Amino acid sequence: MASDILTTRDLTTKFGSFCAVDSVSLSLRKGSITGLIGPNGAGKSTLFNTLTGTLKPTSGQVFLGDADISGLSPDRLFKKGLVRTFQIPRPFARMSVLENVMLSPAQQTGEKIFGSIFRPDIVRRQEQEYRTKALEILDFVTLDKLADQAAGELSGGQTKLLELARVLMGDASIILLDEPAAGVNPVLTQILIERIEELNRRGMTFLIIEHNMDFIMSHCDPIIAMAQGQLVFQGTAEEAQANKTLLDAYLGAPVNA
Amino acid sequence: MIGVISYLIFFVTVASILSIAVLGLNLQWGNTGLFNGGVAAFIGAGAYGLVILGGTAQPDHLGGYGLFYPLALLGGMIVAGILAWLVGILTMRLRHDYLAIATFGVAVAFENFMRNSDKISGGAKGIRGFERPFEAFIGDPFYFSIGFFIFAMTMLVLVYIFLEKLIRSPFGRLLRAIREDETAAQSLGKNPGSIRLKAFVAGSMIMGLAGGLYATFYAFISPQDILPTLTFQIWAMLIVGGAGNNKGAIAGAFLIWGVWTLSGWGLSRFAPLEAQLYAGTIQYILIGVIIVGMLLWRPQGLFPEKLVVSQTGDRAQS
Ligand SMILES: Nc1ncnc2c1ncn2[C@@H]1O[C@H](COP(=O)(O)OP(=O)(O)OP(=O)(O)O)[C@@H](O)[C@H]1O
Ligand SMILES: [Mg+2]
Repeated sequence: MASDILTTRDLTTKFGSFCAVDSVSLSLRKGSITGLIGPNGAGKSTLFNTLTGTLKPTSGQVFLGDADISGLSPDRLFKKGLVRTFQIPRPFARMSVLENVMLSPAQQTGEKIFGSIFRPDIVRRQEQEYRTKALEILDFVTLDKLADQAAGELSGGQTKLLELARVLMGDASIILLDEPAAGVNPVLTQILIERIEELNRRGMTFLIIEHNMDFIMSHCDPIIAMAQGQLVFQGTAEEAQANKTLLDAYLGAPVNA
Repeated sequence: MIGVISYLIFFVTVASILSIAVLGLNLQWGNTGLFNGGVAAFIGAGAYGLVILGGTAQPDHLGGYGLFYPLALLGGMIVAGILAWLVGILTMRLRHDYLAIATFGVAVAFENFMRNSDKISGGAKGIRGFERPFEAFIGDPFYFSIGFFIFAMTMLVLVYIFLEKLIRSPFGRLLRAIREDETAAQSLGKNPGSIRLKAFVAGSMIMGLAGGLYATFYAFISPQDILPTLTFQIWAMLIVGGAGNNKGAIAGAFLIWGVWTLSGWGLSRFAPLEAQLYAGTIQYILIGVIIVGMLLWRPQGLFPEKLVVSQTGDRAQS
């Protein structure tokens, strides 16, 4: 379908003989906020890792638009506009919050040894531009006051927001968020949801793993569910709530009952 | 009096040269988190490179190209850079302790190669008789030593300024990100392999510069100058001074070199004769004790790394 931005075909990722992602075929509608749910160990994060190149698929393909991107490295996928956050945040601990965010833009002149020494004017102009944008984004995720603090000193919830800020700083078209609200207090979660919806209105596509059912049911459409590595459901929030198999999966009962 | 002054000049000259090597290691370990266990090989590559490229005609081994001094010095750096690049593409996938072991092995191999390849490096007796620039012109050894002292200090200042600029630039940010969390950096579009290789080569070329200056100063290089203990000394300087901080790297070099020479002097002067036989060993134990003490009481070193914050630099202009 033309409006599908990310598609997988029989995507499978094994750890040894254990199948963590089991021939998953799904498609993300461009401009959607898709929710991904499933019990612990269902393979959601492993699916993320496989989509974004952190893990290579054992078999199957991933397409971005029409292009086969299976097995590309995370840095190449970032440049194609596909970015992700991690379930367990990975802040650059001994760097300031602002530096964490300013890292993201691609093609920085000052990232080359030559450019950083011999192109001071371009570097200064870019740095000013990035700094302004980074401070705006930090303001957007309510971390502006902490810009100069070491990222390692942030609370768990704050590092979640920092992860989001870092991916927003790149020019992403698809953002995969792994439990963005875990450990974030309700007030911040509300802000987070507003931010995601605002970005979505500007055209970004989201795929979000969440255990927070309010979050999923009221803000994600469609919803997909995994259990034991397999895709077990795809539909709207109402359909999800009416689906017995899905509820069973969440309670840990056998699927396909 | 002149004795004290010339000793001080000697001390600071050598300390400056060692500082340059420590700064090179700081780029690799302090900023990028690359554990180079073979520092001596890159110092050696720079030293041999300089002496072979810039030395006078040699009867039975490589050398005698008599290259213009700055070119020979640069040549030595390039030799160190090429060695680093080769080691780098082979080992950059190895991280942390693996990289340390691999580079340590390279340094041992390098030293042994130099010791045994008489045709290339003069073997165990090394390469003597390097004509130091301006030495004949200046004549008086004391004035020459002052001149070289100023030259070594100038090189140190230049390397320091270069590195300070570099680590405060987006390139430095990139190195720190790789050091802190490579997986996260890669998911933000950065290519860890190529960045680590760049830092490894750049740091090794700086070590090569230190090696070139060292060989110039002594007008001589032999395998005895590039033993694994040299790697240990350079590491001690960085750990004590403060990894991640260029000022700390220099302070550590001066301090450890100070402890080294002072203890050497003290042992030769006051220690009983039997102990003097083991003076070198006692000095290494002393440095080892200082490292352990530092790691226990001040693991971040004398000058801890500073966070780069937004108030500094060009923000004021916006
Ligand atoms: N690197 C790995 N090596 C081996 N097994 C793994 C690895 N990573 C994950 N697994 C296993 O794969 C399965 C799926 O894990 P995954 O992290 O994808 O689950 P999840 O759906 O994200 O769960 P949660 O909701 O708890 O985050 C689990 O059984 C897990 O133990
Ligand atoms: Mg998970």
